Amino acid sequence: MTAKSVAALDVSEIQTYAFGHRSLMWWGTACMMVIEGMVFAMLIMSYIYLKGRVPYWPPSGPPPDLLWGSVNTVVLLVSCVPNALAKLAAERFDLARVRLWMAACMIFGLAFNVIRFVEFGALNVRWDSNAYGSIVWVLLGFHTTHVLTDLLDTGVLTLLVFFGPMDEHRFVDVSENTMYWYFVVVSWLPMYALIYFAPRIV
Amino acid sequence: MTGPEGEEKRKRDEAGRPKLSYDDPRLEPDRLEGERRRLDNTWANGRGLIAWISDTDHKAIGRRFLVTAFGFFTLGGILAGLMRIQLARPENTFLNPDQYNQVFTMHGTTMMFLFAVPVVLAMGVYLVPLMVGARGIAFPRMLNYGYWMFLFGGIFLFVMFFLNTGPDAGWFSYPPLAGPEFGYGKRSDVWAQLITFTEVSGLIVATCLVVTIFKLRTPGMSLNRMPLFVWAMLVVSFMVIFAMPAIVISSTCLILDRLVGTHIYNQAEGGDPILWQHLFWFFGHPEVYIIFLPALGMMSEVIGTFSRRPVFGYVEMVLSMAATAFIGFGVWVHHMFATGLPQFGQSFFTAASMMIVVPTSIQIFNWIATMWTARPLRLTTAFLYMASFFFVFIIGGLTGVMLAAVPLNRQVHDTYFVVAHLHYVLIGGSIFPLLGGLFFWFPKMTGRMLSERIGKASFWLLFVGFNLTFFPMHLLGLEGMPRRVYTYPSSMGWQGMNQLATTGAAIILVSMVLYLVNMIVSLRHGVLAGDNPWGASTLEWATSSPPPAYNFSPQPTVASREPLWHTELAPPAIVGLDRGTREVLVTYLLDAEPDHRYAMPGPSLWPFLAAVATSGMFVWSIFQAVGVVWGSIPVFITLVGWFWPTKGKEDLEHGVHGRLSVSESLS
Repeated sequence: MTAKSVAALDVSEIQTYAFGHRSLMWWGTACMMVIEGMVFAMLIMSYIYLKGRVPYWPPSGPPPDLLWGSVNTVVLLVSCVPNALAKLAAERFDLARVRLWMAACMIFGLAFNVIRFVEFGALNVRWDSNAYGSIVWVLLGFHTTHVLTDLLDTGVLTLLVFFGPMDEHRFVDVSENTMYWYFVVVSWLPMYALIYFAPRIV
Repeated sequence: MTGPEGEEKRKRDEAGRPKLSYDDPRLEPDRLEGERRRLDNTWANGRGLIAWISDTDHKAIGRRFLVTAFGFFTLGGILAGLMRIQLARPENTFLNPDQYNQVFTMHGTTMMFLFAVPVVLAMGVYLVPLMVGARGIAFPRMLNYGYWMFLFGGIFLFVMFFLNTGPDAGWFSYPPLAGPEFGYGKRSDVWAQLITFTEVSGLIVATCLVVTIFKLRTPGMSLNRMPLFVWAMLVVSFMVIFAMPAIVISSTCLILDRLVGTHIYNQAEGGDPILWQHLFWFFGHPEVYIIFLPALGMMSEVIGTFSRRPVFGYVEMVLSMAATAFIGFGVWVHHMFATGLPQFGQSFFTAASMMIVVPTSIQIFNWIATMWTARPLRLTTAFLYMASFFFVFIIGGLTGVMLAAVPLNRQVHDTYFVVAHLHYVLIGGSIFPLLGGLFFWFPKMTGRMLSERIGKASFWLLFVGFNLTFFPMHLLGLEGMPRRVYTYPSSMGWQGMNQLATTGAAIILVSMVLYLVNMIVSLRHGVLAGDNPWGASTLEWATSSPPPAYNFSPQPTVASREPLWHTELAPPAIVGLDRGTREVLVTYLLDAEPDHRYAMPGPSLWPFLAAVATSGMFVWSIFQAVGVVWGSIPVFITLVGWFWPTKGKEDLEHGVHGRLSVSESLS
């Protein structure tokens, strides 16, 4: 055993939750973001690698239609507003506003996923046509998996803030949920540039 | 609550500060005894199968990880034995070519994905929270889920193998051999999906370790006071986080190529099989360091303890591990020199591969300096295992430098020279230190000492058997014997050395059986260990052996790198953590000042159910693509069940005496 401690550090009065980088959940979410950021980076690398293998890009057929992808990018960017407001409200324990803005986040998430469905149709290529089609579908597919899981996650959290037992930790969850959404938005931007403009520029 | 009221509340909450006091009555022996009884009750897991499955104690899960990984090690070893029997004679018919393909693929896959990585992470799961003085690990339910995913993945692989559907394209599963054109049946799908299981598990454990190391270190343990093993696990966890996504992508694309007709690796449609090699080795080379760096951390702890002084050059040791991790991401192409890459690229990767020798050498010289100035050195069995590293690993390292040179690499590519090299590196660099580490921490885990006599016998048998098995392979490779051939004609003259290798394998088997017997006997009849049998310096030795479920009471703080060697400093003990919940103390990242208290979740059956659902989805999806869609519904349901909070759960007093019922474990 260690020698008898003469002093005691009494922690009974410190708080039992924390927001932001002080919380465990923030670091867990950050790790997940790094993991998924690496996944996206690897996919982008693969796209560029495959692009370098053929003289024309796309090898045949037209590039993806700009309309729906661009609409969706705008939807994603605007969705940061209700997310930011939900985070702000959560950090002030303002349940009414948390409910309001979480519901708004849900609406944006739903709209995004519906448009994403149309977006796949406007790619002008099938996943089994050639390697170009494959990598575009995989890229868009991986991102969609993220938005879809985050939508389900947000959905559960929204149900929770309306009907579940609330304590400080739920408000921390709302705050972290927003951070993860920012990640989904930011990681989309390079993919948007790649999918829609790489076939046009070169 | 409105906004302004909420802000008031936060200000109030955040105003609470830790208080230092002398002669606190809560540190009196009687009070501490009562406190421990109360904590026993709070942290106890209950009895019965349900409680066992639901356990969230990092020590229980770490032990399970270790036992399971060694189970797979045994299976992988048996497969290796089958290969050695087959190769003992020329033109042997013990295994047919198809069986041999499956056996060597299963051996490599099992050893890399089901043994080497899980076992080193498991040591971290068990030891890191103890070493940083925490009462638990971060995200214990996730950790439990990670364990079950690992177990189910391994079971899935071996069930498929026994159904004659074992993967057969090598442990790195190159397309087009593993692709839809040449990989018949489900064999390569099984391989790719096993990878998914293990990467889910590995990434979860890495996340738990990073957050534990960053946020749960006991007050006073600033980053520059962390034990070197904890540093090693931190570096390794980051490597897992950065490397595994590459294989997430590569194996997913392989499975998509095979199941839904994408063309990522299909040359004819603009894809490229070389892309697979890039993605695989971007993961695969760091993987080697993921296996190797924890072993270095164990070496530092053991060598420091038996030299009875701190390891020489702490900062250099830490920087070397970090440098190894960084450079480890820049050397993957040296696995691909035979693919005809541009000269410039080859030169770059040759240089990088040679550069990685530098940080490893710094560590080796630091250990030598530590042992040189020991006061005095104690030659225990654990130390012998570590010392053998200097012989075995350095041989592997030297052949590694040789392989980094393109001309030599091209000459011996895909020969037994490579097989010899990788076994010297992995067994010398990881298995010897791991067995030594297990010998060292066995008393902490079980409360009993292993027999030094049997331990030394088993060590020397392993040392002799290992060199007898793998040294001749260098020569076989230089003579041109290709790896992964199921037999060879007698006119090649390879029989003698192959028989030598097979004999060595038999000796390894004897040594491993001895090691196991030693463990089983010592579990019951070993000498009682006490708290700190080796006189080591780190915090895991400050608690009882085996530690209680809550690790420490009172939780110690530290004032130096070797808290158990500097008892005159007597840093304060923590009081005031809640006894009725599984509360841990969260601290700030850099200097580990106390931040807030956090109640860890207790046992729950949901992670197990979620692992069952996820496994169902994974297995279904390799037979039907819609399995992903329908299979995700039970996954979603179990995850919601898992995360749905329940009030009053903390008051549940099933305690040490009660059995946990299903309904309780789901609440």
